Amino acid sequence: MRWGVEDVTVLFGERTALAGVDLAITPGTVTAVVGGDGAGKSTLLRVCSGALRPTQGTVRLPPSERIGAMAEIPGVYRDLTVGEHLRFVADAYGLSAATVQSRSRELLGRAGLADTADRLAGHLSGGMRQKLAVVLALLHRPDLLVLDELTTGVDPVSRAELWRLIGHAASGGAGVLVATTYLDEAERASEVLVLHAGRPLLHGAPDELIADATGLEDVVIARQLGTPQETVA
Amino acid sequence: MAWRPMRAMTTKEFRQLRRDRRTLALLIFQPLVLLVVFGYAASFDVDHVSAAVYGPAAEQVAHALPDALTVQTVSASGDRADAEAALRAREVVVAVLTGSGGADGVLVDGSQLFAARSVVSALAAAGVPAQPQVLYNPGLETPPVLVPALAGLVLAFVGTIATSLGVVRERQTGTMEQLAVMPFRPSDVLIGKLLPYLVVALVDLALVMVASVVVFDVPFNGSLPLFVTGSVLFLTVALGTGLLISTLSENQGQAMQLSMMMTLPQVLLSGAIFPLESMAVVLQWIAYALPLTWFVELARGVMLRAAGWSELAVPLAALAGLAVAVLGLSIARVRRDLLPARAGRTAPDATVAVAGAAR
Repeated sequence: MRWGVEDVTVLFGERTALAGVDLAITPGTVTAVVGGDGAGKSTLLRVCSGALRPTQGTVRLPPSERIGAMAEIPGVYRDLTVGEHLRFVADAYGLSAATVQSRSRELLGRAGLADTADRLAGHLSGGMRQKLAVVLALLHRPDLLVLDELTTGVDPVSRAELWRLIGHAASGGAGVLVATTYLDEAERASEVLVLHAGRPLLHGAPDELIADATGLEDVVIARQLGTPQETVA
Repeated sequence: MAWRPMRAMTTKEFRQLRRDRRTLALLIFQPLVLLVVFGYAASFDVDHVSAAVYGPAAEQVAHALPDALTVQTVSASGDRADAEAALRAREVVVAVLTGSGGADGVLVDGSQLFAARSVVSALAAAGVPAQPQVLYNPGLETPPVLVPALAGLVLAFVGTIATSLGVVRERQTGTMEQLAVMPFRPSDVLIGKLLPYLVVALVDLALVMVASVVVFDVPFNGSLPLFVTGSVLFLTVALGTGLLISTLSENQGQAMQLSMMMTLPQVLLSGAIFPLESMAVVLQWIAYALPLTWFVELARGVMLRAAGWSELAVPLAALAGLAVAVLGLSIARVRRDLLPARAGRTAPDATVAVAGAAR
């Protein structure tokens, strides 16, 4: 394991948000965390982005300047333009002007935001803001990319564009961790961790999980993910 | 029934208000606290005025002065230069000069308007033969004393309220969580948020001061660099107070309430309108913890009395100390938002290993 967590437990007061979770994030691959509402996905991703220190367990992360993260609510400023966001993040990470220019053009193009540099983020649709947040997380070529609720509320075309973006990041060597409630999206990952009530339910490659998931587990996954059972089978 | 939707709305608002206990407490207790404080502070009457007596007959004249003058310095060897120095440094309000035959001159600090007015009346009533000479504000006019203080008051209001939403807005819109995973130090966020407002506030101050001089004929007798230095310190405290409020507030409504709670007392307690000397001692101590009190002293000192760096060292040091305290506390609070949050009851063996850097 290069990045990831071992036997991580997170308690909030008396409530157990995560218990005994192991997860390895391999460079060059996409790992998906799947689960229903309250399963602990966001808590696990906050631990993996360095925003939350667990109650117990071990976390291995690159330095914060080598992590790119998008929180559950995309952190964009409605009163800044897309171009101003890019310059803000570039300055924060100390990127050169030439790097920013070429990287911005490349990422905005891939995200379908090529003509939006002068538009205020507040004037973009929800899906476009989501894509902007991913572009910002990718700008400094992070070693570890942590994206919460990547495609929630995003239209199918934008979903495909977002997955192309992170697929490209992984092929460039980044370890990518994505949380999603959509099992069909998890199938795009190399490895999937299914969480239920803060505990690991299933863990492995998507095709292995689909092959192994039978009987009661199917029902649990289907209920937790809010996905028709046929999708799993 | 038509009243049902209204009842639903009212009930919902009550429920939300009940959960926002800090705002509820501020709404209920703030008016009471402010009324009591203002009630004790609101007085133009100055009963006792500090005085110094200089010259060969200083000892005898000091005993003959009216009770309203509290003699602090008696110097047989002192002369007019010593008297003016004491007035410029705001050590006393009135300086009596004596010759061999008794009092032959009285100097009054006109920048302390209400105290100066009561001195003039008290001396006239006591039949002190020497005619008082009012320095720094010879006509004992209100605008030269009030306008510089009001400039500080307005800037304290605008500055504190403007910055009080900065951090809490980031937290409410989720951008603070994004900043937490970016390579920002708490001081980067705090100072970065403060500097643009400081530049705007300085431009604002320059406009207000030009208006004071041009429109209200307020003199500017002292050092501009000294005034600018004091103003930067004062504005840093005012803006920093807003940021500190922002870090302490859970929502923007609370931030606004707390800003009012912090700025309103300065209207009456800073000496901008009511003289500090007329307030109860407890209120004077509160006043000396407020930045506007020191700015008022500094502005009147520079503009009216042409006081220098050494004479205004105390206000400058107080403002610098307040700036360090306010910014230090704000940075400590922002550190809590930016550093990894700790889940409950962290066990000793919980570790975060970071490649190539300490986290």
